[in-house]
Amino acid sequence: MRKIKFVVLFLIVFQALYTIALANENKINIDNISKNLRCLICQGQSIYDSQSEFALSMKKLIKNKISNGASEEEVYSFLKQKYGEWIVYDPEVNKNTILLWGIPLILFMFGGLLILRKVNIK
Amino acid sequence: MKNKQNLVIVICLIFITFFILLLGLKKENNYLPQTTHFKIEDTLTLQSLYSDKKLFLNDLFLKDNFTLINIWASWCLPCKDEHPYLINLSKSFNLNIIGINYKDDNNNAKKFLLELGNPYKEVLIDRDGVKSIELGAIGVPETYLVNKEKKIIKKFIGPLNQNNFNEILNIVKK
Amino acid sequence: MINQLGSYSLYICLICSIYLIYKSYFNQFISPKKVENKIFSVLSVQLFMTILSFSSLIYAFVLSDFSNLTAYNNSHSLKPLFYKVSGTWGNHEGSLLLWLLVLIIFLFIFFIKSKKLFFRYRILTILFQQIIIFGFLLFILFTSNPFINVFPLPSEGLGLNPILQDPALAIHPPLLYVGYVGTSIIFSSSLAALVCGTIDKIWAAHIKEWILISWIFLSIGILLGSIWAYYELGWGGFWFWDPVENVSLMPWFCLTALLHSIVVLKSRNLFHSWTIILSITTFSLSMSGTFLVRSGILNSIHTFANDPSRGIFILSFLFILVLLAIFIFFFNQKKIPDSSKKTFLISRETGILVNNWFMMYFLSVVLVGTAYPIFLEVINNSKISVGPPFYHKLIIPFLIPFLFFMAMGPNLKWIKNEKKTLNFLQLIIFSICLIVSYLIILKTDTNFLFSTLLFTFSFYLFFHVLKSFFQKNPSYSQKISHFGFSLFLISVLFNGILSKENSANMKVGDEMYFLNKKIIFENVQIKDGPNYRTLIGKFKLQEKKNTFEFKPEIRVYSQPETITSEADILSTIFSDNFLVFSLIKDDGYFNVRYQFKPLMMWIWLSVLIMSFGGLLSLIKKNEK
Repeated sequence: MRKIKFVVLFLIVFQALYTIALANENKINIDNISKNLRCLICQGQSIYDSQSEFALSMKKLIKNKISNGASEEEVYSFLKQKYGEWIVYDPEVNKNTILLWGIPLILFMFGGLLILRKVNIK
Repeated sequence: MKNKQNLVIVICLIFITFFILLLGLKKENNYLPQTTHFKIEDTLTLQSLYSDKKLFLNDLFLKDNFTLINIWASWCLPCKDEHPYLINLSKSFNLNIIGINYKDDNNNAKKFLLELGNPYKEVLIDRDGVKSIELGAIGVPETYLVNKEKKIIKKFIGPLNQNNFNEILNIVKK
Repeated sequence: MINQLGSYSLYICLICSIYLIYKSYFNQFISPKKVENKIFSVLSVQLFMTILSFSSLIYAFVLSDFSNLTAYNNSHSLKPLFYKVSGTWGNHEGSLLLWLLVLIIFLFIFFIKSKKLFFRYRILTILFQQIIIFGFLLFILFTSNPFINVFPLPSEGLGLNPILQDPALAIHPPLLYVGYVGTSIIFSSSLAALVCGTIDKIWAAHIKEWILISWIFLSIGILLGSIWAYYELGWGGFWFWDPVENVSLMPWFCLTALLHSIVVLKSRNLFHSWTIILSITTFSLSMSGTFLVRSGILNSIHTFANDPSRGIFILSFLFILVLLAIFIFFFNQKKIPDSSKKTFLISRETGILVNNWFMMYFLSVVLVGTAYPIFLEVINNSKISVGPPFYHKLIIPFLIPFLFFMAMGPNLKWIKNEKKTLNFLQLIIFSICLIVSYLIILKTDTNFLFSTLLFTFSFYLFFHVLKSFFQKNPSYSQKISHFGFSLFLISVLFNGILSKENSANMKVGDEMYFLNKKIIFENVQIKDGPNYRTLIGKFKLQEKKNTFEFKPEIRVYSQPETITSEADILSTIFSDNFLVFSLIKDDGYFNVRYQFKPLMMWIWLSVLIMSFGGLLSLIKKNEK
């Protein structure tokens, strides 16, 4: 029983570390940023993939901002201010999205409990 | 008894989901960024089409009147369609209209205005589309109504139609 | 004439459906001899009528009979024959007719093949399936009739989206639909078995075939969709976590869990409730998929015509079915054999439970990610996007323990595994995997800790699956499928880490240097194709001593007016070289994008191998 609890805890810590690791990742990259942005005039394409006028202008804007020293977060918040949350593919964790991130994890733990009930542990 | 309880809970959840999805169907699918009362950055500068000057966009707004910002291009067909409304607004109603020429060629732009009339008090150039993004634009044509406090209070995405025209007049006349 | 033929046959189907529902409900307990023939004949009539209806639609498309509204909207006389035929199901109305056809064909085959089984079970399956068929018939006849008359007769059709004129895309819907619709039989028969109280080993052995068929077709259907996206859409990716893609993946997770569950039910007579719940869930997911894609509630590159009224119908229909299933489940729970028996911790049963646990988790991630924006918008009026970063962050870390369990699980014995599973040998294998992964990761600049662990466990799984081939345990189909899956993961990982790309604006004569390769933009030619005009760019790729020629295209279609970029891909067993170019505003310049993608072929092949394992199992079952 203790072993299982430990494993579940480990998994959660793991996931947290992973997210942090991702956040601290490589140098700021125009490709990474544009992959994370939605092309607003296309149906389901990222700025990176799209060759529409809007996407091309966006890529230029991102390039300008980066060469002026903006961080990835600053680029995102600038664009979110103009276009809303919808333009960014990675939903940040705020009061709107806490269930979004939380429900699968809660269900995972719930599933674990169900299994524990079904399994005979000596 | 516990079973009946579970059944009731499950059914409630299902009904809630059903109604939410039903409501979701009725929502409009096209996303119009309705970020209103949007203040334009003081530092936004653009090159003028007819002179060599670089102008601050904020300087072009009037202290005691509304301004219309219209993003257009000579290669854009819907822009041609909406142009008469702009001419009407500028001539008949003395509205302060500023044009931003989006990803265009200067000569083509000037020819366009020569042929169809120039409703703009000032025409600014956005060669690569980056300045328009600073205003939150998605494409052409787009029109923004700016109030006396220099804030964007209404965004029209796509060519102006009669309804938009009336709406602008209603707001401006107050 | 075609239109009358098509719609009248559907009305006859409707009458058959009503008859069958009535007959099967009221004659459950009557001796089979009296009723069986009647039911069989009406079912045959229904099948014949549906085939007739579908054929008349194909006929209208092939002969370019534009008095048929669907043909008028979606076809064009200049379209090649193959695409005229496939255009039949490439639109909303036609695809629904295909759904209906498969629903009835499957029921027909089910009835024939189950002659030796309990009669009441068979007739109840017909009852539930006919309820589904009835709903679809109403939906088709009253909201999405493919046989509407157009008057006066138009001279030409409105054409089909040129992006959809592709062989992979032509076969992708039918395969996918067989997968989706297969879940309907599982649903109907599960409810029937529940009411009859016959959820046991015999039923499990019988239903496993249908689960396999569904699973195989769904896997290949999804594969074809990805292959099409890769070759056709010109961005070099094959999965975008687009809502419509997700909607096909969710039933797949469920089916996989169900497949494993049914194995336990068959061998050990356990997990009855879970199997039934999974059956109901799988079908609900495939039906919700239909809803989400056709109702306009989602924003995606895939969506069909957006029509909220259709959405309301499907949504209501879906919920009626789900409510029906839940009521039947709750009121027949006593008939389910008592499985309060606990399983031992280290046993194959628990291994499968753990597998299903993870499958359900992955399912919930995709489900929440896809549905949440809809809910949030209704409740809060705020619109958010949930894209690839969300799915990667929630799925990838959990893959690591999943891979470990998948490596260990199949080697465990049923009931109780006496041997120590984690012995010294395991530790050595693990260490080797770790070292190999470390060396690979060292050469790339990706996220260190997690990539290493991911690779380690992928290799660990791969090694275990390979080892299992040398063991006496004869279930080759399982080994082959697991092998396919682990190969898939490794290919995706390698491809993800080792892919490189570069893009630049070039004009004719320019050269691009990248990764010890030189790409020369030689010239541009204009040519006319069957229903498009194309700009062919000739590029030369020079690498060491080899030179390769690439001819990507920019196509301008006239009906309707669209511009597409066709990539030219050089695929070898080791890697793909991907080149695409597109128009930009600057005269004479083109945006050229080159991608180097290792192991792409293996990604496709591994899914085929995995499906083949399932096929093998199906063949073996049929031989017995």
